[in-house]
Amino acid sequence: MYFANFWLGKLSIHQLPTNRITQGGAIMMVLIVLAILAYVTYVKKWRYLWNEWITTMDAKKIGIMYIIVAIAMLLRGGSDAALLRLQQATSVGASHGVLPASTFQQIFSAHGTIMIFFVGMGLMFGVINLILPVMLGSRDVAFPFLNSVSFWLFAGGMVLVNLSLVIGQFSNAGWLAYPPLSELRFSPSVGVDYWIWSLQIAGVGSLMSGINFISTILKNRAQGMTLMKMPMFAWSVLGSMSLVVFAFPILTVTLALLALDRTMGTHFFTAGGGGNMMMYVNLIWAWGHPEVYILVLPAFGVFSEVVPTFSRKRLFGYTSMVLAIWAIVLLSFTVWLHHFFTMGAGANVNAFFGIMTMVIAIPTGVKIFNWLFTMYQGRIRLKTPMYWFLGFVVIFTIGGMAGVLMSVPPVDFQLHNSLFLVAHFHMMIVGGVLFGLFSGLIYWLPKVLGFRLNERLGRYSFWFWLVGFLTAFTPLYVLGLMGATRRLDHYSAATGWQPLFILAGFGVVLIGIGLGLQILQLIYSILTRHALMDTTGDPWDGRTLEWSVPSPIPFYNYAILPTVSSKDPFWAKKHPTEQPALEIVQDNQPAYKDIVLPKNSGLGVLIAGFAFLFAFAMVWHIIWLDIVGVLGVIITLIIRSTDEHTEYTIPAQEVAELDRNYRLERAEV
Amino acid sequence: MEPTLAVSSKALRRQEVEEGQSKILFGFWIYIMTDCVLFASLFATYAVLHNNTFGGPSGAQLFSLPYVLAETMLLLTSSFSCGLATIALQNKSKAKVIGYFFLTFLLGLGFLALELREFRHLVLIHDSWTRSGFLSSYFTLVGTHGLHITIGLIWMAVMMIRVLKGGLGTYNVRRLKMLAIFWHFLDVIWIFIFTIVYLLGALRV
Repeated sequence: MYFANFWLGKLSIHQLPTNRITQGGAIMMVLIVLAILAYVTYVKKWRYLWNEWITTMDAKKIGIMYIIVAIAMLLRGGSDAALLRLQQATSVGASHGVLPASTFQQIFSAHGTIMIFFVGMGLMFGVINLILPVMLGSRDVAFPFLNSVSFWLFAGGMVLVNLSLVIGQFSNAGWLAYPPLSELRFSPSVGVDYWIWSLQIAGVGSLMSGINFISTILKNRAQGMTLMKMPMFAWSVLGSMSLVVFAFPILTVTLALLALDRTMGTHFFTAGGGGNMMMYVNLIWAWGHPEVYILVLPAFGVFSEVVPTFSRKRLFGYTSMVLAIWAIVLLSFTVWLHHFFTMGAGANVNAFFGIMTMVIAIPTGVKIFNWLFTMYQGRIRLKTPMYWFLGFVVIFTIGGMAGVLMSVPPVDFQLHNSLFLVAHFHMMIVGGVLFGLFSGLIYWLPKVLGFRLNERLGRYSFWFWLVGFLTAFTPLYVLGLMGATRRLDHYSAATGWQPLFILAGFGVVLIGIGLGLQILQLIYSILTRHALMDTTGDPWDGRTLEWSVPSPIPFYNYAILPTVSSKDPFWAKKHPTEQPALEIVQDNQPAYKDIVLPKNSGLGVLIAGFAFLFAFAMVWHIIWLDIVGVLGVIITLIIRSTDEHTEYTIPAQEVAELDRNYRLERAEV
Repeated sequence: MEPTLAVSSKALRRQEVEEGQSKILFGFWIYIMTDCVLFASLFATYAVLHNNTFGGPSGAQLFSLPYVLAETMLLLTSSFSCGLATIALQNKSKAKVIGYFFLTFLLGLGFLALELREFRHLVLIHDSWTRSGFLSSYFTLVGTHGLHITIGLIWMAVMMIRVLKGGLGTYNVRRLKMLAIFWHFLDVIWIFIFTIVYLLGALRV
């Protein structure tokens, strides 16, 4: 027995799922993974995968991998949501629905965790990786190896969350795991540990990405691109990443303290022993509120690129946009207490945070009006990215006003932890973040894939999403006002809530169709790519640098690094009469130079692999594996640091040849 | 024509390497800032919990200021010798760089030994991190600093071997600069720990 404890920790065969729903989910997930592995083996693509993807340092490819993971997680988180709504639509009075209470709790915890950390963050980092370096007129991010480590840590966290479905169980304690419920005494299983450690490794990855993108934006811009000539997307990412480097260390600490409480017997957040559980709530929201803006700022950035392009007008109020971003960045650290006005901090404290919450709505409003003024008198083309923008304006404004309503503490006392709140933040996160990143994906994917996505299917999916979303969440406002709390797995028939819950469930079905149509859109576009091919590199008549290179973007981004002299450099080049501009690329006399690029390296995935082993061992208390994980990370880092030849050079002549071939190839298509 | 092209391309390459090195230093400063936020959170935790002794001992009963002063002097001296090593780095004197870093290493190791001895003492008299919220936050704050010192020592050991083998090339110089920044940063954090945890703690009865 001791032997087993030593080698396996708390792991045992009894930890396999016993409930039928989780069994089904686990078996399905294992089958999907096995099918993918078998397929890759069958088509003999392992070497290709390893050389071209797993070890890659190319930000564009890393971006695509982020997006693939995020879409897979969107399906997982979406199925969770569907199960939750199914339960709430059926579990009334004598009927107890389809899920046992404990499974229901695990599912809502997993839904929130996955949607924020692995869908929101994943799509955000995906889009940033995909386009930011190109947009800045640069070859890559500042630290390509760090970028690879970040991605694989993110992937490791994702695997850990999903592993909890197969072995052990997930947290019952909600997506932020408030103590004392999340303490060992009340959650003795490994669920909360899975939550802690998956977020811990994914969070460290995000923190490193934050450092990486700040350095990229401040150090890797094209010649002549001063800060005030940067595309607004870059400004938004700079704001968002500044929040990352200030907020994520707080998350790291908070998770570590909770882990210490659970494994080492400390008393940070325990009910006894001199702990203070409200300190946890303060700490987690001191990270959590900035996190909301971390997610939404890049989405705002996408709209700041999409709206000018499809209005054929420069962005209205560039300077005020920049100021609004930094106002949001600063203010987002002064509002965290509005998540728990009911803590009882006193009227003055609540009033301060309530007022700051109202104030932060102002820069957000400035941005909305700037986009609308950009459209005003523009020559608007309603392509799918614009549909998502218009949907965003409607939903984000409704959700935002609900938020301002809740910023009034006495009102919040009524609405706290009700479905009204749930409706509010879904409108912000889905309507803001997800719609924004969808818009960005449709806008920029042609740059990476080489063809546009089918417009008609895109429009259909948008309408299903929009109508489905409003159907799913408007009833929740009403239910919240009627007193329905969040995380409710059963209620009395006398409440009269069931019809509204069924309506909300119907909305989820519509969203599901929308999601299906998006996947269909992707598949159909791949099949009919020849008709949608982008031969010019500039399918939308774009304004910024990324549209000046061919699609798909060559692995070196620019054969000759561009020089910039105005805000919308590519537009200025296409319309020299509007704005005098330097040439972006001297096409007539190409002066090719050597290109230095990072070599591929498998050490990034190795470091993240060891970190994953460490996290897994922490969940199951396998001490020897913990040591292996830590030593593995340290030794891999030392090995990496001894390698001084991490880059390779493409000679100028070869660059010239590559560039010519590339252009010829595109011209033939 | 051919040779001049090669030279200019080499010069360009050197310039690119230097730019790359400065970029890494810049990124490292941002990392140091994130570590600052990490310690700030731990200090905040300590500030909230430092009176929650839950019937256990308070800081005034546990801390011995002369002992902590010895620790502090060791660490401050190590920071000074680390500074001397940086000057030697400017002068490209390999022997001095290794010598001063070795001194820094020994002083750091001495600091760590004293700290661990203090922790061991507290655990043996049953005042470990499980005793109270105050002691949990004390051990975590001071221990996190100690963990950083440990990482710094491992890094220093690796770097000394690398300098012995490879000399003071661009890469090693940049890494030593980063190590020095890291070490001074830990010194600054310790000043705060010394003041907030030990001095203020010993004042309260």
